[in-house]
Amino acid sequence: MRPTWFTRSSRRPRLAPLLALALLTGWPAAASSSEPKAGAAAPATAAKKPAAAAQVIQATSPPFTEGIFPCSGCHDGKEKVNTARRDLGFHDEQQSVFAHDAEHRWCLDCHDAQRRDQLHLTNGDLVPFTESYRLCGQCHGDKLRDWRVGVHGKRIGNWDGARTTFLCVNCHNPHTPLFKGVKESMVDGKLLVMPTLERIKPEPRPRRPEEVRP
Amino acid sequence: MSPPRPLPVLPAGPVDLAPDLREPGLDPERRAFLRTAAAGAALASLAGCKGFSTEDFFRRHFNELSGPALKRVLQKVEATNKATWGRDTTVTAEGPLPGVVFGYGLDLSRCIGCRRCVYACVKENNQSRERPQIHWIRVLEMDKEHGVDLTHAEHYYDPATVPQPGKFYFPVQCQQCRNPPCVKACPTQATWKQADGIVVIDYDWCIGCRCCMSACPYGARHFNLGEPNLPAAELNPVQHFLGNRPRPKGVVEKCTFCVQRSRQGRYTACVEACPVGARKFGNLLDPESEIRKVMETKRVFIFKEELATQPQFYYFYAT
Repeated sequence: MRPTWFTRSSRRPRLAPLLALALLTGWPAAASSSEPKAGAAAPATAAKKPAAAAQVIQATSPPFTEGIFPCSGCHDGKEKVNTARRDLGFHDEQQSVFAHDAEHRWCLDCHDAQRRDQLHLTNGDLVPFTESYRLCGQCHGDKLRDWRVGVHGKRIGNWDGARTTFLCVNCHNPHTPLFKGVKESMVDGKLLVMPTLERIKPEPRPRRPEEVRP
Repeated sequence: MSPPRPLPVLPAGPVDLAPDLREPGLDPERRAFLRTAAAGAALASLAGCKGFSTEDFFRRHFNELSGPALKRVLQKVEATNKATWGRDTTVTAEGPLPGVVFGYGLDLSRCIGCRRCVYACVKENNQSRERPQIHWIRVLEMDKEHGVDLTHAEHYYDPATVPQPGKFYFPVQCQQCRNPPCVKACPTQATWKQADGIVVIDYDWCIGCRCCMSACPYGARHFNLGEPNLPAAELNPVQHFLGNRPRPKGVVEKCTFCVQRSRQGRYTACVEACPVGARKFGNLLDPESEIRKVMETKRVFIFKEELATQPQFYYFYAT
């Protein structure tokens, strides 16, 4: 049976002009060489690459509201605190947008009344702002689990080595956590990512074919 | 991954044509003479072209290059970059890492269609900015009502803010198929799949026939209809020979999973640009990698599964 047109054996005659050309110019025949090949590496075997030992999990710094943090600047922890849930007459910038189970939650569920520069878990354990994911994970355990293994949330750096993990609060405003948008800025040479209350404007759309024709 | 096709081997001796392929009434010597003459004339006319180099024309296949020959080729690209853009560049040709097969995950429940990935890719991979405008990533806006349906997809959406209610966004780029139709379609073997799964293009071997473009069911391949239009100041000087080096006019290009970054262990540019963390990248052979966790715990699908292209690019829903 004749081979179909695309098989090698029938393609060979088509290469004959090239051969003639090669002989003309003294080009060495491009026969398959046994020298080590540049682009080819070891075949992808099932051999697992050794996991990077003790992977560094670096988190970006949490986005603090300018002029408010450190909270201990105003709350020295010595005043007597009314711990009853109520509308405050201050911190309007947070209260006005507060939409985090607002019916049931309020400031001191997460912020610690005595040590204002920290947060507390439901069991009373103190948590620094840099580990706020532990606080979030109390209710959003599925998200915490995904975040720990890298399925949820953004990471930058190396897929194979050190990478920077973004905290929950880099993308979600804890006072109104539904994702709207983020703003990236460089502060003292460090990347600071903070959630915004506005949604993102998309980058310019691609040109339509009719727009690029002369 | 399909087994690599052997390179065409030029026979050392005269070629014996199958009897029924012989042209009637033309004796073999005369035919050989005519062929030689035609090839010589073709070469002579090519040599007159601006920018044509016989050395490039007769360059061996990339997979047959090694050591000094490869180094010469890379240095030549660096010299061309210097001459064209006036910038010092580093062009490498790093091969696949052993024990690595790349997998890419895209979370459709997170993507908001902001197109930041598109422009991060353009910047990283030295695409032509305008005329031709080349985007390796295309984001499609689709209706939640219809689901993933290309007949209800809008490529040119342009709202003031994203996401729009009732819409979801579906970025498409090269899916790095395990069974790549583009590789089969290429008549010059200028594109092939490497061991870590990245389908690469050798721009020197590409003849610009665009067979791969018509073979690709994802529209992931793009053609340089004009000289690349790229400001010298924006040239990314870290380049890979099979990846983001500036492409000449008349060749096809596509996403390479940022081969110049990923083979250094880094995330791709689109992963780092995504503001919502919808893009996941890692080694499919590492059970602890992000992409493996995605595949083991989320609802994952591949695009146009029915075509049996077997992509290494997975879409998933985290919620």
